[in-house]
Amino acid sequence: MNPPPARSMMPSLILNTATRYLMPLLVTFSIFVLLRGHNLPGGGFIGGLIAAAAFVLYAIAHHVAAARRALPLDPLQLIALGLLTAVSSGILSIVAGEPFMTGLWSHDPWPVLGAPGTPLLFDIGVYLVVLGVALTIVFALAEE
Amino acid sequence: MTLLAVLSPFALAIVAPWLQRRLDRAAGWLLAALPAVLFIGFLNFALRHPAESHVFSWPWIPSLQIQLSFLLDGLSLLFALMITGIGALVLIYSGGYLAGHPHLGRFYVYLLMFMGSMLGVVLSNNVLSLFVFWELTSFSSYLLIGFYHDRQASRAAALQALLVTGAGGLALLAGVILLAFAGGSWELSELLARGDLVRGHPLLHATLVLILLGAFTKSAQFPFHFWLPAAMEAPAPVSTYLHSATMVKAGVYLLARLHPILGAAPRWQLYVGGCGALTMLVGAGLALLQVDIKRQLAYTTVSVLGALTFLLGLGGETAVTGAILYVLVHSLYKGALFLVGGNVDHAVDSRDVTRLRGLRRAMPITFVAALLAGLSMAGLPPFVGFISKELIYEALHAHDLSLLLAAVAVAANGCMFVVALLIGVRIFVGPPAATPREPHEAPPSMWLGPLALASLGLIFGLVPGLIEGRLIAPAVAAVGQLPATPAPHLALWHGFTPMLLLSAVTIAAGLLVFLGWDFLRARLNRLAPLGRLGPARWYEWVLQGVLGFAHLQTRILQSGSLPVYIATLIVVIILLVGGTLLEQVQIVRLANWNDIRFHELCIILTMMMAILTLVTTNSRLTAIAALGVVGYCVSLIFVLFGAPDLAITQFCIETLSVVLFVLVLYKLPRFQVFSRWPTRLAEAAIAVAFGLVVIGLMTLGMESDLGSPISEFYAANSYLQAHGRNIVNVILVDFRGVDTMGEITVLAIGALGVLALLKLRLDRDRPGKESS
Repeated sequence: MNPPPARSMMPSLILNTATRYLMPLLVTFSIFVLLRGHNLPGGGFIGGLIAAAAFVLYAIAHHVAAARRALPLDPLQLIALGLLTAVSSGILSIVAGEPFMTGLWSHDPWPVLGAPGTPLLFDIGVYLVVLGVALTIVFALAEE
Repeated sequence: MTLLAVLSPFALAIVAPWLQRRLDRAAGWLLAALPAVLFIGFLNFALRHPAESHVFSWPWIPSLQIQLSFLLDGLSLLFALMITGIGALVLIYSGGYLAGHPHLGRFYVYLLMFMGSMLGVVLSNNVLSLFVFWELTSFSSYLLIGFYHDRQASRAAALQALLVTGAGGLALLAGVILLAFAGGSWELSELLARGDLVRGHPLLHATLVLILLGAFTKSAQFPFHFWLPAAMEAPAPVSTYLHSATMVKAGVYLLARLHPILGAAPRWQLYVGGCGALTMLVGAGLALLQVDIKRQLAYTTVSVLGALTFLLGLGGETAVTGAILYVLVHSLYKGALFLVGGNVDHAVDSRDVTRLRGLRRAMPITFVAALLAGLSMAGLPPFVGFISKELIYEALHAHDLSLLLAAVAVAANGCMFVVALLIGVRIFVGPPAATPREPHEAPPSMWLGPLALASLGLIFGLVPGLIEGRLIAPAVAAVGQLPATPAPHLALWHGFTPMLLLSAVTIAAGLLVFLGWDFLRARLNRLAPLGRLGPARWYEWVLQGVLGFAHLQTRILQSGSLPVYIATLIVVIILLVGGTLLEQVQIVRLANWNDIRFHELCIILTMMMAILTLVTTNSRLTAIAALGVVGYCVSLIFVLFGAPDLAITQFCIETLSVVLFVLVLYKLPRFQVFSRWPTRLAEAAIAVAFGLVVIGLMTLGMESDLGSPISEFYAANSYLQAHGRNIVNVILVDFRGVDTMGEITVLAIGALGVLALLKLRLDRDRPGKESS
């Protein structure tokens, strides 16, 4: 494999600086969208796409390697973790004696989250898979 | 107990390789403990509840009325006893025969898997689970025949057996479904009581033919017999267990099992009896031409399977008793002889009957086993083989024995006699001949099996009462659905009867052929070229034809050009959907122009201009930007028509795809127009036609009344049942959560695919060139 070029794809000071501030905002916003999804427009799919857009922006402004470093996990690991989370949210209901993927709900409100249930866990899984898939493809293309 | 019996071999199969590694030589003995325990369990059941039928059931897929249910009656008990009993001996034998083979652990896995599947076949009460186990036996047989996978012949034989029995299995599936529909039940125990219903069904003939195809392929009936001799590529324990004692009798089992239902069908006697008689004769005749011990035994097995089928086709109490007894007798002597053949092969590395002589001194115990089994196969008194042969003749006699059928039976039994003497006697007596290896006696693990099976042949012959009331009569009762009274009494001496005369003729003719066998075979071998026109050739032709057709259609459909693929897809959609739309031509009432608001019009016009730019531009970057404009406009439309979730998704996707496009663009060569104007014109026509079809589809969709839309259900239940107000999200993660799980799995696989395409570089070409 060729060594990745050291320079960023678009060497622009404005973009670099803006991205530094935009990126945390976008990621936070994506989590906000993920959490509000159950009652208002949003959800795991959209949240995952927004988060992916944030990291893609970072990769364009700086470099793919930098974007990879900014990620806590490898995109493929994100996919695996997401699938695992989604499946385990379904299996939880089997453990509770209900059919697969029956929604289980907490009766007492938690701080910030409200009264969450297994569908939220499932949605987090979707979020991680979408983020992982988008980044896997974009990074792979960008590194070519 | 039945569920445990069927599942326990599978469970043991999982740990078998580990046990093999830990225990090495002792593993076979230990693994054999499971079938031995099951054997005792079944025997205990048979002795306690003779001639009763028991159904055990567990719910499996209740919504499809499929339950895991097992039927334990005389017939299934007899087969279960053979499967577990011979299975135990074969496991012990395998430990000796394949000692030191690097894949012995794997072999145990296959063998145990087969044992569980075969028990499933004979114990299943549900016809669908019977089919599933039936296919599992074909599958494990494939693995076992191909066990020596580094040999081309093994692989070809394994594939042949799988294709032939697998094709039959498909016919069987269709057959049992028809049967279940006709009889109104998936349970054999209920179907057995509804024979009239099935026989009165208009599709009776199709049902019969399909089921018979399944049974005939499995039990190697002519013209499907050729896979069985080829399957002799497998190691000796496999030939013993699968291809003589149990699996090939699955077809016979099915015929016996369904005899109460289909036995009185109009053409049963013609098809089953006719095919059986033909197979009996062909198998026995071909056996005489072979010089390889295993192939001789294989062809006689074909002949015996033919005889069994023939007897079941004939029907009547004597014939059925004859068939049931023969199933047992054949498993005993043929199992023993196959193991003897394995011992000889193992000891001297040759299976050529014409070369082997005088092995008696070096292999005394094997010789005793071979002699006992051979004499039983030859049908000499006082062996149980004699009783069984007499019963066959008696069945013919009871059916106004036609001279032709009697001649067929005598000829087949005569050939059997010859082969029995060749293997049981000739190779062991006389002065020792030179062999590739110095002969030596087999270890205990390898003579226990043949000796035990062969001795049982003698014991049952001397004391037929041991099996008559407890095993044979209940099985006959299950086949004939009669009260459990053994009609023909099993005994060695019946007095001077026509049957005794036929036996004498058989033995005399057999002796004559045996003495002149070398001479006769040399003459008959001149006819060998005729064999090249046999069914084995038909199989090759069909296989080549299918492969040729596959190559041809792949060449036509997989041109490798992306534009052609897309054009093909779209043209097909235009033709199918457009054609259907044209049939429903009606005056389409377009929306009222006054309803269209100004900003909507603006969006539409923007889209149109973007599209025009897209198709006329000479710059890739412009084209992609134009495509992005179209996408953003679509998401605006979603916003206007109250679908914010969809709009956000579309917006994000559009952004990411523009990024992706730009990344790809980066690598591409300069934009060039390769196509000439006629091609472009054709493409434009396709695009316009597709657009028209979509417009037609949408107006039709708006016009037609499809009843109350499902969205009302979601709107009403979203908050009450799923605690969420955003219907779209609730549908995604809750109501249709399993769909979403499938989708994210597909996404993940897609990402892996992209990664593999880009990173693997199977050939040196730089990837990313495929887009044009």
